[in-house]
Amino acid sequence: MTEFLTGGAMKVEQISIFIENQSGRLADVTRALGEAGVNIRALSLADTSDFGILRLIVDKTDLANKVLRERSFTVHKTEVIAVGVPDRPLGLNSILELLDKWKVNVEYMYAFPEHYSENAIMIFRFDNPDEAIRILLENGFSVLRGEDVYSV
Amino acid sequence: MIWNDEFETLPREAIESLQLKRLQNVVNRVYNMVPFYRQKFDAAGIKPAQIKSLVDLARLPFTLKQDMRDNYPYGLFAVPLTQIVRIHASSGTTGKPTVVGYTRRDIDAWSELMARSFVAAGAHQGDVIHNAYGYGLFTGGLGAHYGAETLGASVIPMSGGNTKKQIMIMQDFGSTVITCTPSYSLYLAEVAREEGLDVRNFKLRIGILGAEPWSESMRREIEEKLNIKAIDIYGLSEILGPGVAIECIEAQNGLHIWEDHFLPEIINPETGEVLPLGEKGELVITTLTKEGIPLVRYRTRDITRIIPQPCICGRTHVRIERMSGRSDDMLIIRGVNVFPSQIESVLFNIEGVEPHYQLIVDREENLDTLEVQVEVNEETFSDEVKVLQDLSEKIRKEIKDLLGITCKVRLVEPKSITRSEGKAKRVIDKRKQ
Repeated sequence: MTEFLTGGAMKVEQISIFIENQSGRLADVTRALGEAGVNIRALSLADTSDFGILRLIVDKTDLANKVLRERSFTVHKTEVIAVGVPDRPLGLNSILELLDKWKVNVEYMYAFPEHYSENAIMIFRFDNPDEAIRILLENGFSVLRGEDVYSV
Repeated sequence: MIWNDEFETLPREAIESLQLKRLQNVVNRVYNMVPFYRQKFDAAGIKPAQIKSLVDLARLPFTLKQDMRDNYPYGLFAVPLTQIVRIHASSGTTGKPTVVGYTRRDIDAWSELMARSFVAAGAHQGDVIHNAYGYGLFTGGLGAHYGAETLGASVIPMSGGNTKKQIMIMQDFGSTVITCTPSYSLYLAEVAREEGLDVRNFKLRIGILGAEPWSESMRREIEEKLNIKAIDIYGLSEILGPGVAIECIEAQNGLHIWEDHFLPEIINPETGEVLPLGEKGELVITTLTKEGIPLVRYRTRDITRIIPQPCICGRTHVRIERMSGRSDDMLIIRGVNVFPSQIESVLFNIEGVEPHYQLIVDREENLDTLEVQVEVNEETFSDEVKVLQDLSEKIRKEIKDLLGITCKVRLVEPKSITRSEGKAKRVIDKRKQ
C-alpha cells in the first residue's frame, strides 16, 4: 500500500478562497464550480467574525482556479497532505503524537468524507510538509498521492 | 522648461506690485458690478479706495461656497451674459451646483495657465496628452484640453469612463501624458493588468493628477505601477478649474500657485484670521484677473500651507504644500481630526495592501466608530486565518499609532469597493444619514 514516492507527488493541491461573511457568498462559489463541471471532493471552512477561508479539494484544480478568478475571487493554491488514518479509536491520535514527537506542527486539518481502502482520510497542512511525509512513511502510515485523492 | 519666462520668474517685488495693481482693479470691479459684493463691502465698512497695500486684503470679507449657491446661477457674474462664452458648474453633490462663467479673455488666461502647468509637469509639444478628465459641466476636461492645445501638444479628448477603451487607445495611440484623478490612474493600471497588459510598458511618462486629495505614498504607488512621474495639480471650478497651482517636475515638492492671477492667503478656519507665512490652515484665494466671475477671498476649504522658500526650478511663484485634505472631508472621530489621506498613507505603507479602501464612520451608543475596509488581494491573502488576522491587526495598530484612534479593520473581497472613474468616494459617514 505505502509506495515510496517523492515528496512532490505525495502532495495534494488544495484551493483556498477568501469569502466575506455575507449571505450567499458560499453559494456563489459552489454554483460557479458546479456550472463548470467541477466536483468538490472535500472542504473545510475557517471562519472569523468578518471573513472566512474556504478550502477545497476538487477533481479539477486548475479549472476551479480559473473559474473562480474569472469571478474575481481571491484564490490561492496550497499543497496539503492526505494521510490514511486507521479507522479505530486512537487512530488519529497515533499520527498526531508521532508528529508532535518530531516537532512537526499542524497548521490545520480536516476530514475527507471518503475512505481509502481500510483507512479514513485526513487532510493536513503542516509547517514542514516534507519532513511530515518522511516521518509518516517511515512509521508505516499511508500518504495518498494527489491523483488518488482527486478521484477517490 | 518654463512656458512664460517673463511672468513665471518675476522677482518678488514685481509680483507683489502687479498683484496690488490687479487687486485694486478687481475690488473696484466687483464693487461696481456685483451687488452682492457692494452690500458686503458696505456692511464691512470698507471702500475699494481703502485697499492701498496687499495687507489691506485682510480687511475685506470672505466669499463662501454658500454665497455662490445663494446667488445661483448668475448672481456673482461681473459681466453681462453677452460677454460670457463658457459656463461650467460644480458637481453639486449637495443642493444646487455652483455656476461659473468665463469671458473670452478668461478662457485665454486659463488656457495659458494650463499650458504653463503642463510645461511645469514636464510635458511639451510632441506629447500625446490623454485627457481622461470628464468633459462637460466639470471644468477638468475642457480646462486641460484647451491648455494642451495652447501648448501645442496632441490632445486625445477621452473624457472619463470606458476604461478598457482608454487602455486600448493609450497603448495604440502612444499616449505619453495622462490627465485624470489619482485614483483613476490606479484603476486604469488594474484593469490593464486584468487584460494581460502592463501599463509600465506603455509610452506614458507623466501623469497630471488632481481633483481629489492624495498622499505621498499614493504617489509612489502610482509612479511604480504606471512607471510615470506623478504630478499633483490643483484647481477648483469656483476659482478657475484645473491650473490654479501645480508641482514642477524638477522638485515635485509643493505646488506653484500662479501668483500673477491668484492671490493666496492662509487663514485659521475657525477664527478667519490670517496666519503667519508658512503656517498651516485654510487656503483662501482672490482671483486677480478673472472677468466673468471674480471672487474676493474665496474660502477653498482646502488645508495647506505656503512654502515661501525659492524653488530649484527657477519659478518665483510661491508653492503651496500638497493638500492634507479638504476641511469638508475632514472627519471628526471621537474629537480627533482625521483626514482620509492620513489613513490612506498608512495603508500604502503596508506591503501588498491594495490602494482601494473605504472608511465607514458610524455612531454606536453615542460613540463614533471607524471601520476601515481594505481589499484582500493575491499578495495579502493566505489560507491561514492567523496571517490575515495579523494583517488586520497591523493596519489597526498603525492607524492607532498615527491618529490615536481605534478603528476596526475589515478585510473585504477584491473589487467589492466601488471603483470610481472620477473622484473616489472614500468615506461613508452614516452619522449624517
